[in-house]
Amino acid sequence: METFAQAGTMDSVTCPFCGLLCDDLSVERDVAGNLNVAKNGCHKSITFFSRAPQAPSPRVDGRTVELKDAVAKAAKILGNARHPLIAGLGTEVQGMRAVMSLADKAGAALDHMNSNGFMRNIQVVQNSGWQICTLTEVRNRVDLLVIVGTDVVSLFPRFFERVVWNRDSMFDQNTSAREVVYLGGRGIDTSAGVAPDGRKPDVLPCDPEHMPDVMAALRALLAGKKLHATEVGGIAVAELEKLAQRLQTAKYSVIAWAAGALNFPHAELTVQNITELVKTLNKTTRSSGLPLGGNEGEMNANQVSAWISGYPVRTSYARAYPEHDPYHFSTDHLLSSGEADAMLWVSSFNPDRVPPKTDLPTVVFGHAHMKLEQEPAVFIPVGTPGADHNGIMFRSDNVVSLPLDQLRDSALPSLGEVLTAIEQAL
Amino acid sequence: MLIKLTGGTVYDPAHGINGKVMDIYARDGRIVERPRDGEKIDQEYNLAGKVVMAGAIDMHTHIGGGKVNIARTLLPEDHRGDPVPHSDLCRAGCGHAVPSTLTTGYRYAEMGYTAGFEPAVLPMNARQAHLEMGDTPIIDKGGYAMLGSDDLLLRMMAANKDQNAINDYVAWTIHASQAMGIKVVNAGGISAFKFNQRMLDLDEQNAYYKVTPREVLQRLSRAVHELGVPHPLHVHGNNLGVPGNVETTLNTIAGVEGYPLHLTHIQFHSYGTEGDRKFSSGAARIAEAINKNKNISADVGQILFGQTVTASGDNMSQFRNAGHATPNKWVCMDIECDAGCGVVPFKYKDQNFVNALQWAIGLEIFLLVDDPWRIFLTTDHPNGAPFTSYPHLIKLLMDKTFRNEMLSRISPDAQTMSTLASIDREYSLYEIAIMTRAGAAKLVGLHDRGHLGAGAAADITVYTDNADREKMFAKPDYVFKDGELVVRDGSVVKVTWGATHVVKPEFDRGIEKEIAKYFDTYHTVKMDHVKVTDQHIADDGRGHVQVQACEGRREKTA
Ligand code: SF4
Ligand SMILES: [Zn+2]
Repeated sequence: METFAQAGTMDSVTCPFCGLLCDDLSVERDVAGNLNVAKNGCHKSITFFSRAPQAPSPRVDGRTVELKDAVAKAAKILGNARHPLIAGLGTEVQGMRAVMSLADKAGAALDHMNSNGFMRNIQVVQNSGWQICTLTEVRNRVDLLVIVGTDVVSLFPRFFERVVWNRDSMFDQNTSAREVVYLGGRGIDTSAGVAPDGRKPDVLPCDPEHMPDVMAALRALLAGKKLHATEVGGIAVAELEKLAQRLQTAKYSVIAWAAGALNFPHAELTVQNITELVKTLNKTTRSSGLPLGGNEGEMNANQVSAWISGYPVRTSYARAYPEHDPYHFSTDHLLSSGEADAMLWVSSFNPDRVPPKTDLPTVVFGHAHMKLEQEPAVFIPVGTPGADHNGIMFRSDNVVSLPLDQLRDSALPSLGEVLTAIEQAL
Repeated sequence: MLIKLTGGTVYDPAHGINGKVMDIYARDGRIVERPRDGEKIDQEYNLAGKVVMAGAIDMHTHIGGGKVNIARTLLPEDHRGDPVPHSDLCRAGCGHAVPSTLTTGYRYAEMGYTAGFEPAVLPMNARQAHLEMGDTPIIDKGGYAMLGSDDLLLRMMAANKDQNAINDYVAWTIHASQAMGIKVVNAGGISAFKFNQRMLDLDEQNAYYKVTPREVLQRLSRAVHELGVPHPLHVHGNNLGVPGNVETTLNTIAGVEGYPLHLTHIQFHSYGTEGDRKFSSGAARIAEAINKNKNISADVGQILFGQTVTASGDNMSQFRNAGHATPNKWVCMDIECDAGCGVVPFKYKDQNFVNALQWAIGLEIFLLVDDPWRIFLTTDHPNGAPFTSYPHLIKLLMDKTFRNEMLSRISPDAQTMSTLASIDREYSLYEIAIMTRAGAAKLVGLHDRGHLGAGAAADITVYTDNADREKMFAKPDYVFKDGELVVRDGSVVKVTWGATHVVKPEFDRGIEKEIAKYFDTYHTVKMDHVKVTDQHIADDGRGHVQVQACEGRREKTA
C-alpha cells in the first residue's frame, strides 16, 4: 500500500478533467494532500488538481448529519419515488456500474449532464453509423485536419500538442507540414492551429445557424454534385470546392467536431453530413471522423449503460426492463413534464456542474467543493476519482480506457460505496 | 459441501467415457473420486435416465469489448424486440443479436454453457473487454489478444528482429491484455487498409512495412508455440467472404510449416468460384486439408437465417461488405495504430442464393471433418447467428432427417450447388461432448474444465434425453457452476461470478524498456497504462483471475 501521508511527486498521472485523458502529468503532493501539477498540465488540469482536499459532512435538509443518516434519507426518497431520475452522472466506470444497479432496482431513468451534445452523435450512429478513428491514429496519420464549428482547445486544451503538432510520428511524416482547416463558427480562437513553423491554418468562418447549409454543400460537392449558388452561409462555394478537392487528395484526412459545441436546432443532421461525407471519401482515399467529447465522464456513462442495459443513457428502468429514448428520457423533458418525481444528481469531477433547478426532492452526490444555490434534500460529498480514489475512465474516442489513480488520503467515500449502501437500504 | 450426482448417463470424452451410468461427486466446487470414509453427502441429485456432461465451452464468441458495445449501440430496434425484465434474482437487460452483458451470462448458463471466450481483444481496448466480461455473470470467460496489424509487430518484422524479440513482445501482450492466447485478424490487412489498400492476399506486401500476411502468420504461430501457450495461434484469415478465398485458406494451412493453427469461422473462408454465379462451396477441399494436417483445427462460424449483426476486427472486409448492411447503417473504426473494427448489421435469408449456400457450406464442413477434437461448434456469435441458436445447430448436426428437411426449404439453386443431401453423418452425443466440452477445453488450454475427472472444476450440465435435440439442449435440467446449482429446468436459480482464465508465459522483461520508449514516442498513452491488472478484472468481488499453465517455454529455435 502506498502511503499518501507523505509529500512526493507522482509521474504518469492520468488527468480525468477532459476527454483527452492525458496520462503524462507530474503531480506534486504535500503532507496535507494538496496537489499541484508540476509538468504537462493545462489550465483545466491545474484547476482540477489544485482543489484542496476537503471532507465536508453530508447534509439532510441543510443540517449536518452522519453518512448513514444521509444514506437512509436518500434511500427513503428513492423508495418513495415512482420514477426517479439519476442524472449528471459525472463519475468513472465503477461508480457508473453502481448507478446501473441502483437504477434497475429503483426503476429509475438515466441521463448524463452532457447528453444534449452526445445524443446528436448517438442519433447519427443509430440512423446511419459512421467511420471514425481514435487519438493515436490522428497523432500518426492525419495530413489534413478539418475542424467543424469549434476551436477544440477550450474543451480539450492539449489537443494540438498531443495529436497534431507532435514531433515524432510512426510513418516518418513531417508533422509540422500538417494542414489545419477551421470550418464554420464565428470568432473562433484559431491560434492553436498555427503550425510549429508559424504557418497559419485556413479559416472558413460562418454563423452557427449556417453550419447545416455549409456542411450540406460540402457533402454535395464531394458526392459530385454541382452547386448553383456562389456562396453558402457567407463562404464562397469556390472555397468549399477547394476544400473538397483537398479532402479527396489527402491520404488520411480527419474531420473533427465536438457535438456539445454544435448548439443549434437539429445539429444531428450536420453531424450526419460530416459522417456521410467521410464515408464517401473512403470510397477512394482514407478519411476518418473524430467525434470529440468525453468530458465529465460522458463516455463512462454511455459505455457502461450500453453494456449493462443494451442502450446508451436516456434509458429508463421504469417498466422493470430498460427502454431508451433520446428525447423522452432527457433530464429537461423528465423535469419539465413532471414525469420524474425525484432526482439524484452526480458530479464527482466538477464542483461547478450543479443540478438543474427543480422542486423535486433531490439528492446530490457532489464534489467536495460544490456550492449549491438551492439546498437539496440530501447532499453527500463523494471522492473525486483520480485524486481521492481509484477508478477507470473512457477517453473521448470511446475505445481507450485508462486507470485513474488515488493520489492522496481522503475521508470521502466513493460514489460506488455510497450507492451500494443506498441500494442495500432500499 | 459434498454433492452426489447419482446414476446419470455420463459423456466425458476426456476420459473416454461414452454413455456410462455412473455417480459423480463434487466437494467444494471440485470433482472428487469418492467421499471420504464416513463423509456426509450434503446434497444428492437422482439423475437416472439423464444425460450428464461437463459444462459447455464456447471457444469463440464476441461477448465483450468495444465492437460488441458498438453493435449494441447501433441496434436499439433489435433490443426493443427482446426486452428482459428483472426478476427477484436476475437483473434487467435485453437480448437477441447482441444481448446486454448480464443477459448474456444468464442465457449462456441456461443453455448449459459454463464458459465463453472473446476472440478479439484489442490490446488497446483490453480493459473494456474485461470490464464487459466482468459484468457477465455465472460463466467463466477469457480472451485472445489481437496482434498482426499493430504497428509495433509490423515494425519489428520490417526491421527483421529475431524471433526471440517477437516472442517476448507476444508474451508481453498476453500479460498486458490478460489473455488466453493470440488472435490474428486479416494478418497485416487492418494496417494495410489504413494505407488505403483494399485487399491483401497471403503473399502481398503491406504498402508501408513491406511485410506479407504469410510472414505475420509464420512469426506469430511460431511465437505462440515457442512460448508454450496451449491455445494455437487463432487465425481469422485474409479475404473473408471473398469468392475464391478457399485458395487463400489452403495456402494459409500450407504456409505455417507445421506450427499449430486454429482457423476461426472457417465457413466464411471456404468459398469457391464455380457455377453460374461464381460462388461455390469449398467445404470438401477445406475438410480434406483439415483431415490431413493434424496441426490444424477450426471452428465453423455457422450462419443461421435471420437478423443479426457482424462485429469484427477486420475493418478492411467489413468496409468492403458495408453495402450489404441491413438495416443500412454501419460503423468502421481505425484504432490506435493497433487494430480496427467494423460492425455491419446483416440479415441472412434462406432464399438468397449466397446466404443459403453459406448455410450449407458450414454444415458440410462440420460433417466432412472427421475428427471432432479439431472442429468446433460456433456461429461466431453474433456474426453468423446469436449464440442462443446453438440448440438448433446441434439438432442440424445430430438429425439427418431434420437437416434435409431444412435443406429442402432453402434457395433451390443453392441446394443444387451443395452436397449436403448426400452426407449421411449424424453427430453422436459423444461427439457433441467432444466439440463443445473436452475438445474445446483442450484447445483453449483449460486444464481443469471440460471434463469430469477428479480435480476438475464441477462445471456440470444435466439434460433429459430427448430425440428432439434442439429441445434437449435448449433447456438443461441442472447446471452446476463450480459445484453450485445455478440453473434448474432451464432457468437461473443462483447468480454467481465465474473466473477469468489467463495464461502467463515467461518472457524476458527487458523488452519493457523498449516498449515503454516506443509508447512514449508514438502513442497517446503510457505503456504501463495499457496493462490490465487483476484488480480491474476482479473489482467489486465479481470473479477472479485463474492462471492456466503454459507447458513451459519451448526450445528457442532462432
Ligand atoms: S487536456 Fe484535458 S486531459 Fe489533458 S491535462 Fe488538460 S484537462 Fe487534463
Ligand atoms: Zn469472430
